[in-house]
Amino acid sequence: MKSKHRNYFKILRAGINTTYQDLGRNNLYHIGIPFSGAMDKRNFQLLNSLLQNDYNSPVIEFAYQGPHLKYFGKDIFFCISGNVSFKIITKEDVIDGNSYQCYLLKNGDEVDIHSTNKSVYGYFSINGTFGVDYYWGSCSINTQAQIGPNNGNKFSKDLEIEIIDINNSFNKRKLDYLGSTIENIRVIKGTNYDYFSESSQNKFFKESFKITKLSDRMGMRLEGPKIENIVDPNIKSEGLVKGVIQITSAGDPIIMLSDHGTIGGYPKIATVISADYDRLVQLTPGSNIKFKDVSLEDAEKLYKLYQMETNNIISQIK
Amino acid sequence: MIKNILNLGDAALYCDFGSDVNQEINSNVIKYFYHIKKLNLKGITNLTPSYNKLIISYDLNIHSFLSLKKKIENMEIKENNKLEKNLIEIPVCCDNNFALDIKRVENKLKLKSEIILEKFFSKNYFCYMTGFVAGMPFLGDLEKDMRLKRLETPRVKVPKGSVGITEQFCNIYTFETPGGWNILGNTPQNIFDTSNQSNPNLVNPGDTIKFYRITLDQYNEIKT
Repeated sequence: MKSKHRNYFKILRAGINTTYQDLGRNNLYHIGIPFSGAMDKRNFQLLNSLLQNDYNSPVIEFAYQGPHLKYFGKDIFFCISGNVSFKIITKEDVIDGNSYQCYLLKNGDEVDIHSTNKSVYGYFSINGTFGVDYYWGSCSINTQAQIGPNNGNKFSKDLEIEIIDINNSFNKRKLDYLGSTIENIRVIKGTNYDYFSESSQNKFFKESFKITKLSDRMGMRLEGPKIENIVDPNIKSEGLVKGVIQITSAGDPIIMLSDHGTIGGYPKIATVISADYDRLVQLTPGSNIKFKDVSLEDAEKLYKLYQMETNNIISQIK
Repeated sequence: MIKNILNLGDAALYCDFGSDVNQEINSNVIKYFYHIKKLNLKGITNLTPSYNKLIISYDLNIHSFLSLKKKIENMEIKENNKLEKNLIEIPVCCDNNFALDIKRVENKLKLKSEIILEKFFSKNYFCYMTGFVAGMPFLGDLEKDMRLKRLETPRVKVPKGSVGITEQFCNIYTFETPGGWNILGNTPQNIFDTSNQSNPNLVNPGDTIKFYRITLDQYNEIKT
């Protein structure tokens, strides 16, 4: 099996939550399977553009601390997107790498991804294709439902990451990009907005909420002023979408993220607009969120602007 | 049949079929669900039917709220659209190791366990929806004297295969997950099959479920 021509990474340290992701899987909510996919779609897109891969090529997503990888095979390029600190360890040297730049790796070289800085998610890929299995048209790993390659589990030490194809016509490129931060998370009022007292509605938009450690790919739990329900702490269970902010029986907001349960029974106070989702998921536990109310029409326009901005950043890759 | 269409965020329609939970309203939801699913419309990224709502998620690059809303409102759903209904029999073992909450249910309903189980197994149940976690069916309705609330404190881990009841509903835990339903037994049957990608769910909305009781020996035999 282990031919001389095999190209692969060996995982020396897996990192905290390291998985394969792509754009995710559609049209499965009705059987209980969420979209999944890369949490920060802009950084996913930038990475595949930098590496001249297909737009939906699999990448490796990591949270907080990334993996430490050792490479075996013929020369290859890699790139990292997100706000990430990492080192490239070769036989001769150890250098600090920069995100959004492509680097050459030779047989035996290592990439040690220490951490994401003031953000949660980072992305790693190569000028080529990882050997992944597809489940419902996607290689995204959903650890909760154990769907995806690696039996639906996050990466672990000693796992080998196969590379099945290397793009030899690749030109090394880079991008000067510092990432984009956000002050307020913009939302559209939810279908159960009137379940909450007027003073709680005001608090929801005037005061800030802290992101707790109970946040992962499924959801983000917040704490702050208690939101008082004056109708019923439960609704008849119904579908959810990513970005929905439910208020639990205890009065705390919880935001549905990419691996969320598809059905829920807590009232929905608001939904994060699509334009702000990539930046929402990058907010770290301990930081504060303020919500700002926008109209549906504005949200639709803001999404178009956000997409234009992404395309504009991609056009600056040199 | 749709009473009202609202937006859920900026990329989903929230189709409201009413506030009650009954099979008539739910059948309408399921009719729309299958109809739209079959159309295979470009830019529709998810359909989520539930008791009395249907959520239609879409790609914002392709649709906007108003145009898609109009399309759904103008949709003709034929009344004679037959629902795909299957009768599915599912074995359940109520051995003490599996019936985690039988004592609590006895106390709350003031019925003996044998009566509770007899009532539970004597009915067929309608599948209103599947979801929360992959393949979990929400079934109903339990008789009025069989209805009770969730556990005050949900379990952190409900074993896979657990069959539980709450209010007018019962369900099957397709994965080990947190949960607060009152557990009466466990099925050895796999309800969600990841390897069967064309049809991973044993139970789908609109189906009828008949539970039948098995012994621990039979349970172990099926399980292996």
